[in-house]
Amino acid sequence: MTDLALAPAERLLPSGPGGNAGPGLDAHLDRHGDLRIPTRKDPAWRAGILWAVAASGLVGRGGAGFPAVAKWDSVAHRSRRPVVVVNAMEGEPASAKDRVLLACSPHLVLDGAYVAATAVGASEIVVCVADHSQPAAASIEAAIAERRRAGTAVVRASVQRPPGRYVTGEESALAGWLESRRALPALRTDKSVPVTIGRRPALVHNAETLSQLALIARHGPEWFRAMGTAEAPGSTLVTVTGAVRQPGVLEVELGTPLVDILARAGLDTELSAVLLGGYGGAWLDPSRLSTPYAPGPLTAAGGTQGVGVVIALPATSCGVAETARIVRYMAGESAGQCGPCVFGLPAIADDLEELWAGRAVRGVLERITTRAAAVDGRGACRHPDGASRVVRTALAVFAADAAAHAEGRPCGGHVAPTVLTLPGPTADRRVR
Amino acid sequence: MLATSSSALWYTTRATGTVALVLLTGTMVLGILTAGRARTRSWPAFAQADLHKRVSLLAMVFLALHVLTAVLDTYVNVGWGAILVPFSSPYRPVWTGLGTVGVDLLAAVAISSALRQRIGASTWRGIHWLAYGSWPVAMAHSLGMGTDASRMWMAGLAAACSLAVVGSLAWRMIDHQKNRARALAAGARTRAVPARHAAPKRAPVLRRAPTRRWPSAPPSWPSTRPTPSRRTETAIEILEREHS
Amino acid sequence: MSTSRQIGVRVRVDPIACDAYGYCAELLPERVTLDEWGYPIVDGTPVDPHLVSLATRAAAVCPRRAVLLETVMVDR
Repeated sequence: MTDLALAPAERLLPSGPGGNAGPGLDAHLDRHGDLRIPTRKDPAWRAGILWAVAASGLVGRGGAGFPAVAKWDSVAHRSRRPVVVVNAMEGEPASAKDRVLLACSPHLVLDGAYVAATAVGASEIVVCVADHSQPAAASIEAAIAERRRAGTAVVRASVQRPPGRYVTGEESALAGWLESRRALPALRTDKSVPVTIGRRPALVHNAETLSQLALIARHGPEWFRAMGTAEAPGSTLVTVTGAVRQPGVLEVELGTPLVDILARAGLDTELSAVLLGGYGGAWLDPSRLSTPYAPGPLTAAGGTQGVGVVIALPATSCGVAETARIVRYMAGESAGQCGPCVFGLPAIADDLEELWAGRAVRGVLERITTRAAAVDGRGACRHPDGASRVVRTALAVFAADAAAHAEGRPCGGHVAPTVLTLPGPTADRRVR
Repeated sequence: MLATSSSALWYTTRATGTVALVLLTGTMVLGILTAGRARTRSWPAFAQADLHKRVSLLAMVFLALHVLTAVLDTYVNVGWGAILVPFSSPYRPVWTGLGTVGVDLLAAVAISSALRQRIGASTWRGIHWLAYGSWPVAMAHSLGMGTDASRMWMAGLAAACSLAVVGSLAWRMIDHQKNRARALAAGARTRAVPARHAAPKRAPVLRRAPTRRWPSAPPSWPSTRPTPSRRTETAIEILEREHS
Repeated sequence: MSTSRQIGVRVRVDPIACDAYGYCAELLPERVTLDEWGYPIVDGTPVDPHLVSLATRAAAVCPRRAVLLETVMVDR
C-alpha cells in the first residue's frame, strides 16, 4: 500500500486539469498503451487472463462485491454464446461515478468489455446507459464508432437506454428489460446459474469493474495489487457530495481513511453523520471517520461500501428528516412484486414522516425497528434490505435526535434546507 | 314394468338434478369465499379451498348421474347428442339446452383443472372464470324445466341458493374494492390490483455477430504466468492451484 | 459418538409469486408465520420429519405455487 494516501489515484480517471486530453481513442492509447485482444480462439490468452483476474482479486464495483472471475465461470461453456452487458445504469441517484467514467474514459470501459467478451466467448456487447444520462450515452456511442472506424472493434457493441429507475440497474432486472422490456428483478435461488437474455447467458458487469479489468489486462495483477490493501486491492471511484466544498467523483486507493477522502473533497464543517453506499446504504457516526475505505473495515464499523457514495451530512441538518425522505423515495422505487417491500416500505416511510414532524404516537421507534427487521431479506432483490439498513443505522446514529422527535420535540433541523438530492416523485410507476 | 323403471329413472333425474344444483351452489359459495380469502380461526382458508374442490367433484358426480338418467329415460326423448350439444334435444330444446350449456362449462373447468400442470396459470384461471356462468344457467334450467318448480320446497330451495350466491358475490365485490384501493395506494402489482400487464411482444434486441478474422497476439505484461494446459482451466481451479 | 447426515427439507417462499393467501401459515405454523400484511415469514430451519408431509401439502396447495421445498443435508 502506498503511503501517499492523500495523493489521488490516477488509474481510471484522467489526472489533474493538465492531464486531460479528452476521451478520444488516440488520447486513450497514448495514456494507457495498446491492448491486443485476440479475435480467434486463443486458449493461452484465455488461461492467462483468467489467472490474472483471479490473482488480482478484482471484485465487482457495482455494489454487491462479488468476485469478478466467479461470474465468468458460470457464463462460459454453455450451449449458447453469452452476451456481455455493461451495466452503466447507475440507478442510485447519489452516485455519478459510472456517468463520469463513461464521459472521461469510455475506451477503458470498452477495452474491459472486449476482454471479458473474448474471455467468455461472447458474440455481443450491450452497453446500458439510463435514458436520462445523455452525455454518458453520447460519449460511449462516439467511442464505439471510433473503434469501428479504426477497425479495432473486437466484438460487436451497441448501446441501449433502459428507463433510469432505481431497480433497473439490478442484474436480473436489466437482463429482463433487454429480453422483454420489463425491468423487474427475478428471484435468484442459485448464484452459479447466470442471468439469461432469452436463452443466452448474460455476463453483467459494472462499468467501473470493466475499466479495472482493462487495466489488469494491460499491466497484470501485481500492478493492480500495488494499490489498496491485501483484502481489498486496487482503486475505486467514490462520489462525494453533501457538505463539502468540491463535491464530485474521486478515484481513491482502497484502504484510504474516510476522513482523508472527505478532506480531498474539501470538508470544512462539523458533521452529524456520513451516508455511505447510497440511499440503500448505511449511516455512519462521525466518530468512525478514521475507518479505512474498504468493504471489510466499513462493514465492521457499521457502514457499507455499496456503489461508492459518500454523503456528508452537516451538523445543522436533521438526520431524521433526511432518512424519512430517503425511505419515501425507496418506497416509491419498489418494483412492486413482493408484498413486504410494497407494503412495508411505505409503512416505514409514513412512520418516519410522522416522527419527523413531531406527531409520532407512542412506541413508534419500536414499530419502525420491528418493521425494518421484518422487511429485511424478504424481497426477491436487495432493495428492501438496503432501505432496512438505512433505517436501522439511522436509528442508531441519530438516536438522541430520534428520541427527541419521538417525544414531540422535533429539532430545528426539520425546517433547515435538505441536503440530499432526490429525484422528484414519479407518477409513472411502471419500470419499462 | 316399463312404466315403473321409467318413472324410477325420471325420479332419479329430478332428484340428482336438485342435489347437483345444491352442490353447485355450495361450490360457488366456497369458491367465492376462497378467492376472497375469507377465513376464521376454526375455518382456515386452505380447508375452504380443499372443500371447494371436493364439493365440486361431488357435484360433478351427481350431474353425471342426472344427465345419464335423463338420456336413458325413454319417457322423454332427450338424445345422446344433447349431452354436449346445446339446444339439440327434441324434448324442450331451450331448457334442456341451458342444462347442456352448464354441462359444457363445467366440463371445461374440470378438464382444465385436471391438466393444470400442462396449461399455464393464466389459461387455467381464465377457464375457471367460466364456472361463474354455469350457476345461473343451471338455475334457469331447473326453474325452466318446470317439473318441480311450482312446488313450495323447490321454490324455497331456489330462493335460498340464489340468496347464498348473490350474498357471497356482494361480499366479495365490496371486499375486493377495499383491498384494491389499499393495494393501489401502495403501488402493488400483487393481488387486488387492475389486470396484470400482459407480457409484451419480445423486443429483438440482440442479433448474431458476423465472424471476422484478425491476427492474434499474446498479452505483453511480464509475470510468472503458468504454462497453459491443453484443457482450459476454470478460474476456480487456478485459484485452488495457487493456494495449495 | 457419530452424527449421521440425513436429507432434510427446508421451506422457502418465492416472494414474487406469493400473493398472501396464507395457506402455508395455516398448514405449517411451526415454520411459517404471517406478517402484518399477510405475507409469510419463513423459518429456514429444516422441517422435522413428522411435518414433511404437511410441508409437501403446503407446497401443493399454494394457489400461486410460491412455496418451494429445498432438500438439504442435515446432521442429526
